Amino acid sequence: MKDNKLAILTNGFIKENPVLVLVLGTCPTLAVSTQAINGLGMGLSTTVVLIFSNIFISSLKRVIPDKVRIPCYIVVIATFVTIVQLLLKAYFPDLDRALGIYIPLIVVNCIILGRAEMFANKNSVVDSALDGVGMGIGFTLALTAMACVRELIGSGSLFGISLTAHLIDPMAIFVLAPGGFFTFGVMIALVNKITRGKVRDKQKQGCAGCAQAAACGQAEEGGCQS
Amino acid sequence: MREATMIIMAAVLGNNFVLVKFLGICPFLGVSKKLDSAMGMSIAVVFVMVMSTAATWPIQNLLLEPNGIGYMQTIVFILVIAALVQLVEIAMKKFVPALHRGLGVYLPLITTNCAVLGVCVLNIDEGYGFAQSLLNSFGAGVGFLIAMFLFAGVRGRIESNDYPESFKGIASTLIAASILSLSFMGFAGMIDGIFGM
Repeated sequence: MKDNKLAILTNGFIKENPVLVLVLGTCPTLAVSTQAINGLGMGLSTTVVLIFSNIFISSLKRVIPDKVRIPCYIVVIATFVTIVQLLLKAYFPDLDRALGIYIPLIVVNCIILGRAEMFANKNSVVDSALDGVGMGIGFTLALTAMACVRELIGSGSLFGISLTAHLIDPMAIFVLAPGGFFTFGVMIALVNKITRGKVRDKQKQGCAGCAQAAACGQAEEGGCQS
Repeated sequence: MREATMIIMAAVLGNNFVLVKFLGICPFLGVSKKLDSAMGMSIAVVFVMVMSTAATWPIQNLLLEPNGIGYMQTIVFILVIAALVQLVEIAMKKFVPALHRGLGVYLPLITTNCAVLGVCVLNIDEGYGFAQSLLNSFGAGVGFLIAMFLFAGVRGRIESNDYPESFKGIASTLIAASILSLSFMGFAGMIDGIFGM
């Protein structure tokens, strides 16, 4: 039983990492990973929302009617996002400014809705909380790793501390939009290389966890995955 | 007129939602495989973006702000957008069935598209007036359409090429998006140059 709980917790770290394996939540991943500190801040904010929404949705799973469950989930998630937004504004104004519009957009982050739909409405409160912690840490790890790469190459520093000390000119393109797509692409290719393509099937499954999957499948035959 | 052109040009090219601001990446990567579905999706996005701006701007400025509950923005906006999309779908099915056949399947997808919520929140953050907000939303939607159109063409070419095994699937798509995004960076300077900002 204890192993089981541990498995739920560690599932999100690497085996089902929401960003690198399931390829969910691509928008914030690309947008805020320009500086390690922003990546970490975004990751932790999302983790908080994920944990609380998982706990809430799993404890309300018998009360919420099946037909209107998605709007209900969105209200729960939006409430926690607003709380996090206000807390950031009050205590971390710099981070709030840096993340800007991507804070309210946590609401439409498919990781959160995906975990609500895939995990929290089928499992117990404790399991759902653990899943939220695990997935949140996985998201934070991936985001911070990517942000470290981009910050190091793009501005020659790490967590705001200059490392290259003007010896090497930083490649500014890496903190701009094209560098985001490029770094993300290379990281996913690396994961494919390390796992010898085993995760590529999961990338397709990851799409099934998305709340839009049903409509997406109608939109295009198997078009949701790439 | 000059201001209107500037807002639209900036939203379409310089601040392209997908390639510069990273909003709406999911449909950009997901539905860009075939040109016709990419176009259907994009037209639906333009439509919903303008509609939801027309609904959320008055709500924020006439209802939430005067009553001091501006912080309810996120919750209210997402609910309004979700309800609006449902309403539009029902109305479209009843009154314009031909259009519904074309766009209907894309509408539910758009509710949780971050580009739609993004443009509504951005309009408020930028302090745009009502007309300016509508223009900006329209421009953002057209920018999404252009990015989707270009990318659908690019992806057709990638599929038929031979590249390293590890890059198969989403990795190659992201690298291609990176190159496309690079070309859009050039527009940033262009708009500043034309309008002398």
